[in-house]
Amino acid sequence: MKQFFAFIKKEFYHIFRDIRTMLLIIGIPVAQILIIGFAVSTDVKHVKTAIYDPSHDTSTRQIIQRLGAGEYFDIIRILQSPGEIDDLFKKGEIGFAVVFSENFAGNLYHTAGIAGQARNDNAASIQLIADASDPNQGTVATAYASNIISGYQQELMQQQSIPLMIIPEVQMLYNPSMRSSYNFVPGLMGLIFILICAMMTSIAIVREKETGTMEVLLASPVKPVYIIVAKMTPYFILSWVNLIIILLISVYVLRVPIAGNLVWLNVFSLIFILVALSLGLLISTLVNTQMAALLASGMGLMMPIMILSGMLFPIESMPKALQWFSCIVPARWYISGVRKIMIEGASVRYILTEMAVLIGMFIAILTISLKNFKTRLA
Amino acid sequence: MLEINTNIEKPYTPTPPLGGRGGVIETIDLTKCFGNFTAVDHISFSVEKGEIFGFLGANGAGKTTAMRMLCGLSKPTAGQGFVAGYDIARQPEQVKKNIGYMSQKFSLYEDLTVKENMRLFAGIYGVKENLILPKIDETLSKLGLTAEANTLVKKLPLGWKQKLSFSVAIFHEPQIVFLDEPTGGVDPITRRQFWKMIYEAAERGITVFVTTHYMDEAEYCRRVSIMVDGRIDALDTPANLRAQFHAENMDEVFTKLARKATRIES
Repeated sequence: MKQFFAFIKKEFYHIFRDIRTMLLIIGIPVAQILIIGFAVSTDVKHVKTAIYDPSHDTSTRQIIQRLGAGEYFDIIRILQSPGEIDDLFKKGEIGFAVVFSENFAGNLYHTAGIAGQARNDNAASIQLIADASDPNQGTVATAYASNIISGYQQELMQQQSIPLMIIPEVQMLYNPSMRSSYNFVPGLMGLIFILICAMMTSIAIVREKETGTMEVLLASPVKPVYIIVAKMTPYFILSWVNLIIILLISVYVLRVPIAGNLVWLNVFSLIFILVALSLGLLISTLVNTQMAALLASGMGLMMPIMILSGMLFPIESMPKALQWFSCIVPARWYISGVRKIMIEGASVRYILTEMAVLIGMFIAILTISLKNFKTRLA
Repeated sequence: MLEINTNIEKPYTPTPPLGGRGGVIETIDLTKCFGNFTAVDHISFSVEKGEIFGFLGANGAGKTTAMRMLCGLSKPTAGQGFVAGYDIARQPEQVKKNIGYMSQKFSLYEDLTVKENMRLFAGIYGVKENLILPKIDETLSKLGLTAEANTLVKKLPLGWKQKLSFSVAIFHEPQIVFLDEPTGGVDPITRRQFWKMIYEAAERGITVFVTTHYMDEAEYCRRVSIMVDGRIDALDTPANLRAQFHAENMDEVFTKLARKATRIES
C-alpha cells in the first residue's frame, strides 16, 4: 500500500510540474465550456431588422413594438420602399426584414370577423424575409417573429370575444428559453472527460514507455496493476474536480440548472470517467509513442464523439447504419443520460440502460487492456 | 583507451570452471523464441556472488533478450534460469525483489528531484522507512550531490545522471544488479568513476551483470561472455580469452567472434 501511495504522489508531481499538462487539464474544459456556452451559440439574438410599413396603423405599430421589445430583434431601419430590402441584405446590414401589407389594420379586422374564411387578396398579410445563408439563424428568427405575431393575433381575437376559441400554446419543454447551452453542456461534459481521461492517461503511460522508465518499473517488484491504477488515480481525481468546475460554470455562468439528482449525476459521470480512463489505458497498450497516442485518442475518440454522440447532430436523424454504429460510442450513452438527469430532471431509473451499458463497456475495455498490457510483457 | 586504476581493481583469480549449482545466476539451456526466430539459443552459464560479469555481443545477438529474461521481464520459451536462487519462470516476483536494474536509456524521472527519485525507488523496493533518509544522505554525500538533493534530475549533466541512476539501482542492496550499457554516451572520466562505483558495489558482495559495447570495459570484468547469434560462443576471463583467440586485446577477440555472425541486426 505504501508503494502505491508513493506512486500516486509521483504521478501528481508529473502533472503539477508540467505547465502544459496543467493547462490542458484545467484550462481546456473551462475555456471550452465558456467558448461554446457563449460564443458558439445557436441562439438567435439581436438580429438586425428592417421594417417596411406602408400601412402605419395601430396594429402595425403594436406588432413592430413587440418585435423590437425582446432581445431577438434590433430594429435598425424603417424603410421607405420595399426595393431597399434587397440591397440591405446584400450589404449585410440586416439579417431580417418585415414587410406589412397596405391597409393592414383594416384588412385584419375585416378578415378576423369572418371566421374560417380562406385568406383572400385583402387579407392582412405580413411578409417575413430572413437571410437564410445561415439556415439555422433564418429559421429561428422566422419562428420567433411568427410567434410574436400570432401571439398578437390571439390577443386580438380574445378581445373580439369569439366563443370556443382554441388558443394553441407553444411550450418549449425543459429548455423554455430554447437556449443552446442546455444542449451543449452535456455534450461538452462527454467530450471533456474523454479528452482529460483517455488522452492524458494514454499519453502519460506511453511517455514512460518512451523514456524507458516503464521498463525499470516493470523490472521492479511493483505489480503492473498497481502501476496502472496509480497512473489513473490522479486523472480520476482531476476529472472529478473538472466535473465540479463544469457544473458550477454551467449553473452560475451559463444558467443551466441541474434539474435532477446531483448525487446520481456525479455517480453517473464517475462511471463514464472510468470508461474514459480504461480507453486511455487501451490506447497506451496499442501504441508506443506519445504522438501516436495523441493521434489515436484525437482521431479515434474525439471525432466519433463530436459526430456520433448526439452532441452536435441528433442521432435520430442519422441513417440507420450510423445510428447502430453510434451505440459503440460511450459518449453517446453518457450524453443521453446526462440530458435526462441534468436537464430533464429524470430520476435514476430512467437512465438505468445508459448506466448498464457504460458499466459493461468499462469492464470489457478494462479486461481487454489489462490482458494486452500483460501479454506485452511476456 | 582507459587506464585501470590499480587502487580499485579487484585482484582477479582465474578460477574457471565456476558455477556448478552454487552461482547467484544459473541458466541451463535458456531459450527464447519469437515465432520462428530463436533470439536466445540454449545458453547455459553461471555467475558467482560478487562477480563482475561482462555480457557482450553485437547488436541483435540476443543479449537484451537474455537479460530481460533474467530480470523477470520476459518468460523463457525453454530451459531454466535461476537468479538469486529463484526460478525466473515461476517466481519472477521474488527475482525482481532481489535485483536492481539499470536500463539502457536513462531511466530516472526527469521531472522529479534527486531526492524524490531516490525516495520513490526506495519505496518501490520496500526499503524500511527509517532507513531511507539516512541512506539517501549517505549516498548523496558519496556522489558529491548533497547540494543537488532538491534539484530536478533533468538539470543534471548526463554523467551525474548515470551515476545517480546506478546508485538508485543498488539503493536497496540487491543481490545482483543488471546494467544494460550503463556508460553509453558518457565521457571517459565519468566512465572511470562509474567503474569505480561498480567495483565498490562488487566488493560489498553485489553481483554485477553488465552489458557493454566498450571493449576496454570488458577488460575490467572478472569474466566475460560473448554472444553470437543467440549462443554464447566464448566465456572466460579476459586474459584467458585473449590467449585462447591469440588476440592482443578484447577488441580483437570480439571482432574474431562477431565475424562469424550470420544474423542480420534485428
